[in-house]
This record gives sequence, structure tokens and C-alpha cells, in this order.
Amino acid sequence: MASPPRSNRDLQPEDLNDVALDFDSPEAPRKNRLDAPIRGPQLGPFEFLRWSWRLLTSMRTAIVLLVLVAVASIPGSVFPQRSSDPNGVIQFERNDPELFAVYDALQLFDTFTSVWFSAIYVLLFVSLIGCIIPRTIHHWRVLRAAPSEAPRAWNRLSVVRTIPFTSNSETALETAEKALRRARFRVVRDGNSLRAEFGYLRETGNLVFHIALIGVLLSVGFASGFSWHGQRVIVEGQSFTNQLSSYDSFTPGRWFDETNLDPYALRLESFVPEYVRDEAKGAWTPVDFTAEMLVTDSTGSSEQTLKVNSPLSIVDSKVYLLGNGYAPVITVRDPDGNVVFSQPVVFLSQDSNLTSIGVVKVPDGLSDQIGMQGFFYPSAVELDTGALSSNDPEPRNPTITFNVYKGDLGIDEGRNGNVFQLPTDDLTQLAGRHTGIDVVLTPGDVFAIPGRIGTIEFSGLSRFVGVEIRHDATQLGVAVSIAFLVAGLLASLGTRRRRVWVRASPDKKSLEWGAQSRGDDPGLDVFIDRLTAEPAGNPRGKVGA
Amino acid sequence: MPNLETTALIATYSAMGVYTLSFILFAVDLAGRAATNGTPKPTRWLPSAMALLWLGWGVHLAATVVRGIAASRVPWANMFEFGLTATLVLVGVFLGISVVRDVRFVGAFVTGFALLSLGIVTVNFYVAVSPLPPALQSVWLVIHVMVAVLGTGFFATGAALSVAQLLKHSSEDGKLATPSWRFLAAFPKASELESLAYRIIVVGFVMWTFTVIAGAIWAERAWGRYWGWDTKEVWSFIIWVLFAGYIHARATRGWRGRPAAILALVGFGAVVFNYAIVNVFFKGLHVYSGL
Repeated sequence: MASPPRSNRDLQPEDLNDVALDFDSPEAPRKNRLDAPIRGPQLGPFEFLRWSWRLLTSMRTAIVLLVLVAVASIPGSVFPQRSSDPNGVIQFERNDPELFAVYDALQLFDTFTSVWFSAIYVLLFVSLIGCIIPRTIHHWRVLRAAPSEAPRAWNRLSVVRTIPFTSNSETALETAEKALRRARFRVVRDGNSLRAEFGYLRETGNLVFHIALIGVLLSVGFASGFSWHGQRVIVEGQSFTNQLSSYDSFTPGRWFDETNLDPYALRLESFVPEYVRDEAKGAWTPVDFTAEMLVTDSTGSSEQTLKVNSPLSIVDSKVYLLGNGYAPVITVRDPDGNVVFSQPVVFLSQDSNLTSIGVVKVPDGLSDQIGMQGFFYPSAVELDTGALSSNDPEPRNPTITFNVYKGDLGIDEGRNGNVFQLPTDDLTQLAGRHTGIDVVLTPGDVFAIPGRIGTIEFSGLSRFVGVEIRHDATQLGVAVSIAFLVAGLLASLGTRRRRVWVRASPDKKSLEWGAQSRGDDPGLDVFIDRLTAEPAGNPRGKVGA
Repeated sequence: MPNLETTALIATYSAMGVYTLSFILFAVDLAGRAATNGTPKPTRWLPSAMALLWLGWGVHLAATVVRGIAASRVPWANMFEFGLTATLVLVGVFLGISVVRDVRFVGAFVTGFALLSLGIVTVNFYVAVSPLPPALQSVWLVIHVMVAVLGTGFFATGAALSVAQLLKHSSEDGKLATPSWRFLAAFPKASELESLAYRIIVVGFVMWTFTVIAGAIWAERAWGRYWGWDTKEVWSFIIWVLFAGYIHARATRGWRGRPAAILALVGFGAVVFNYAIVNVFFKGLHVYSGL
């Protein structure tokens, strides 16, 4: 009868060089990956290079590099990154300039583009390529070759069975061959024996997975040069045309060219947020943001709805809804009543009830240049301290307070400065906080600037949205690579590489079956039992898997 | 008549109560194995421990479903809900595997870990049902978080087996020879534990791969980029790379056995860190803890 089945798990590490685990790639390519002892450098520069290469492409080095990549990523989550949290970096610099300089020199704020991180992943990918190429060549040969000969150490195979037959050996072998073919094995007949193999997909999938990783890296590396993105604030009723000068901020890729921007226009028809009271927290939380946009491109105009999680696709770019807020309409008149400034001014929200701050600059038309710092409260309530606060994000009692300054706004020197900042060091305060002259405006209210300079009116209220427009050239390449990666991973992990040998016993009364899998395969003996038990019928179940 | 939300919380505490009893019986079983002469065998307490675990899991499942109904959405939109569902899946994965294979010897590890997690989550991270902010209103919330929860369940079970494997390695080396470790004799061989842990962790790895991919697709829709090294993305990447390392270690001489098991535990440590520490203390876009 059958000798007791041996399991891979009984093998000690010393056995790894043996037929048992190593059969699918016995030649050189595997050796440096799995088992070859890495010796110290030998004589001569060529040998040294060869030794370095083998060290780099060894699996042990790959594991160490993988762990290093993981460890080297940690700073990317501990320190604010310029790529994902630029404000955090600025904040860090402000808080501790000396420590900032040290960390910055170590590139801790640019972890994923830093020299040290790049060095590790470049080594990892070189190691990967150095492994893939010989393995691909080897696997290509294996795919075109017949299943290999039975090992001499027959009894060391994982599963060994002796099955007596009643007919002659020829019929028994033919039946066995049919059963193996039904299980989708590749079978070769050699006189009185069969050799069969299944599961080439395991290595194919493995190689596809690793090549796809390189695909991801190449897609990101090369295509990102053609990517671009920019931000723009659009007030209700206003339009944006897709050209470089229209953006508030713009980040081009290395190979960006202004002609890449497709001509189209966006107009914000309306923006409607929806808030509900979260009783648990006693605060208002947004449950919906809906922006109705009029999109005009070469094919005509259409109304489209822009929401969070639902970007607009226009030609080869996408429009995302990233922010929103209030834009009170401020009208400034000279003492004779002539309008010198009238437009919605974007106020940036500071809290969940949309208390917002904004800046109005009126450089021309009045006797002095006027600058104003404003606070906007959608639903103003007076606190015990006398200060104002907002208790609702909806405009139930919209109120603006201003600090009004006169002096040189610095605009004439051609420096526009930040539209959201008003440096007041060189300005003279005329009204507002600490002056005894409060400027508190509700819609329709008019305030006369002291010194007969002019008047300020809170003449209307609009909303704005902040949109980001992006063209990401890496997406297609990465998506295709990832699809291959997943397919390769599933194929590789879901396939068992099995070899089966069948031979007539010397007494011609039974067939000897031997089977071996690559890697753990606890189901191998059950599989062989099923294969040998029903040589004529259909093996039940998914025998090949 | 308490409302649904309160019912869910009461059921959660009830599940913890039943899990505690189950954990005690699993522990008594291990102690009983240690005390027997000859080859330790499962004691008569083990079936009761398993029965209680099934019961506790049923109550836990009910708690999770009721919480979902109370919120009228999937029950994994904040840290408490994620923890509630993740421990449910962890125990479910363990129960599911135990139908196919006898893995009851790690029952004490699994129930102990699930109980501890559920307790911490309920006491520290509990938040009342609150509406979903626009960024979370997506079908990807269902997909991305569900695979993350499943992956976490498999990684946790794999980690429990890796702990057992490490103990068994020591025991096979003649260490841990004191009577209180005698129960280890009832465990399968370290090499068998290793291959079992490996197969479970590989499933976790595939799910984690899907988690990251689904997350990237969602991030592209919600934030305009599929990958931006947000803190949570960094840690998901770290976890993926560590388990990739584990899978390679499994096939490499010098890394098989103990080092691979340690790598698996480090990987699971990163999973726990990503959930418990990154969510609460790190700044980033994945601000959904609700705390």
C-alpha cells in the first residue's frame, strides 16, 4: 500500500534546496533569489559587482528593503508634509524656526520625495527588476517545456500512492492520463510513465503582479509631468474661464503647456447647502452641498450639478467641489454718492457656524486708500461679553463688523499681496474695535467713514464655492497597472502549482502515483485520492484549483 | 421603551458580558489542558466556551444591525461603529474558520482581544448617531470600509495564530517547560500554525489591497486625487508593505518561522496603530472618529 504521505511542513529549512520546494525554478535564476548563500566579496571588480548584484536581488535584501520602506514612511505621517498639509508646515516653521531648519534639512517635510526615501524605493525596484527578468526568462522556458522528469527520491514526494489495477498497465495509464487532462494538467507520456503539471498560472500571476508594480511607478513617474491642477473661487452669478490667468492658484506639471487647458467656462448659478442639527453634539453639521453650474464648452452650454463626491468631467479635466462660504456684497461710495467699489467679497469661514473673515481693499476713488478687515456672522447673536457670535450656519441674522483703516495699501507698487490679508502696521485705524466707533452692519445698513471719506454699505449676500480643477495624466496608467496587479495577485494566490507522476509498478499490477506541490498544499493528498479513486468518472469538485 | 440607539448600546454591553464568560471558559480550558497528565486534550469546558462565543456573536450581530438601523446607514461611519463592526467580523472570521478547521486553541487569544477592543471602543470612542457629512456620502463608504473591516478581521486572526506559533516555537525549543505552559502541547506543531496563519494573513492581504484600491478610487472622487500621502494613506501603505514583506519572508530561508511571525505581529500592530492612534491623534483628511 501507499507509504505515509509526507508533508512539506515536515521539511526543515535545510531541505529547501531539495526538489520539494524548489522544483519550479531549479536553475540559476531562483538560486540567487531563494537559497544561494551570500558570500563575502571575492577578488576582482567584476566578481565584486556580481556579488553586489546577487546581494541586491536576493529575497533577503528585498524583505529588508520592504521593512525599510515601511519604516521610512513613518515620518510622512508624523511631520506635516508639504504635499498634503502645506499649512501645517508653515505653522511648524512659525512655532519653532530652529527645529524647522533641522527637520527641513533632513527633508522630513518632504518624506516621499526625500533622498533617503527615494534611495530605498529605487533600490527596492532595482532589486525587483533584477529578480523579475531572470524569472520571466526562466518561466517562459518552463511554459514551453514538457513537465519535468520524476525525481529519483520518489519516496520524498509529498504524496505517494500505489493503486492496484485490474486491467493492463496500458489501459490504467490511459485512464490516469485522461483523469489528469480533465483536471487541466499538462501531461506527457513516457513509455510506462506519465509526467504532468498544473498551475503555471501561479508564477505567471506572480510575475504579472510584480511587473504591474513597476507599471504603477513608471506611470506616476512619467505621466505626472503632464498633470496640472488649480484652484478657483467662484461667487454665485460669476463665471470662470479655463485659462491660466483665471486661477487663484495653479500647480503645473513639468511638461505643462498653457495650450493644454481646454477652452470652457463655468458659471455658478446657485449654491445650496443643507444643515441639520446634530443633537448629540449640539452643533449644526452639513449633510449636503449642491452647486448648480452652467458649463459652456465648444459643444454648447448645459446645466450640471456639482457635489462633494460627484465631480464634473469636462473634456480632459475634472472639477471638484472643495469649499464654500459667504461672499457679502460690499458697496463703497464717495461723499457725493458715486459708487467706487461694489462687489461680492469672499469671506473665509472659521467654524462650523460659518463665522467668517474677509478683507476689503479700496485703493481708488476716495480721498484716501481704504482697507477693511471684516467679520461676518450668518446668524449673529450677542454674547454676555458683548462680542458677536454666530449660532447657525444659515443666514438668519447676517451681520458684518469692520475695522476700517486708511493709508497706503501697497497696491500701487504693483504688489497685490494676499487678498485675504491686510497688513495694518502702516495704516491708520478710523473705526472698529478699540476706536469707540463700532461698525456693525446688517443688509441695507450704511456706515459713514469718519472724516467725510465716504460710506460703506452691506448691500447683499451671495455664496461662493471653492473648486479645484485637475487633469491627472497618471490615472490611466495607474488604473491599468492596478488592474493587472490585482489579476496577477489573485491568479498567483489562487493557483496551486502541482506536479504528478504516474508509473507502472515493476510487477505490472499497480500504478504508482507521486505528487508534489510548490508551497503549502494541505489538499494535495485529498486531490490525488479523488483523482485515483474515480479514474473513469468525473472527479467531483474543482480538482485543478 | 428605549430607542434603537440605546438598544444597540445595551446589546453591545450584553455581547461583551457573554464574550467575557466565553473568554473565561477558553482560559479555563487552556489551564485544564496544562493540568492534565499525558498529552493535553481539550477539556469539557471547550464546547461551552464555543457555544457562548456563538451566542455572544449573535447578540453582537444584533447590536450592530440595530445600530445601523438607528442611523439609517451602514454601521461603520465613525470610530465606535468601525470598532463595533470590526470586532464582529473578527469573531465571525474566527467562528467561520473554526467550522472548517479546529482553531479553538486560540479561542482565548481571539475572544480576549475582541473583548478588549470592544470594551475600549465602547467606553472611549462611543458617539451617538449623527448625520453623515457630504464627504462620507458615497457608495465607497460601504465598499472601502467593509473590506477594511474584513481585512482587519483576518489580520487579527492571523496575529492570534502567530502568537500561538511563537509560543510553540519556544516550547519546541525546550523553553517554556514549566507546568503552566503545558497547554502548548495541545497546540498543533509550530510549522502547522505557521502555514495556517500564513493562509489567513494572505486573505487579509488581498482584502487590504482592495481596501487601498477602493480608498484610492473614493479619494479621487471626494478629494480630487487618488493618492496624496494623507496620514491614513501613509499607514495603509505601511501595513500593505509590511504584510508584503511577511509573504516574502514566508518563502525565504532565514526568515521562515519566528522572524516571519514577528513580522506578522508588527504588521498587525500597524493595523491597530492605524485605527487607534492615527484616527485620534494624527491630523489628516480621514477625520471620521466623531470624537
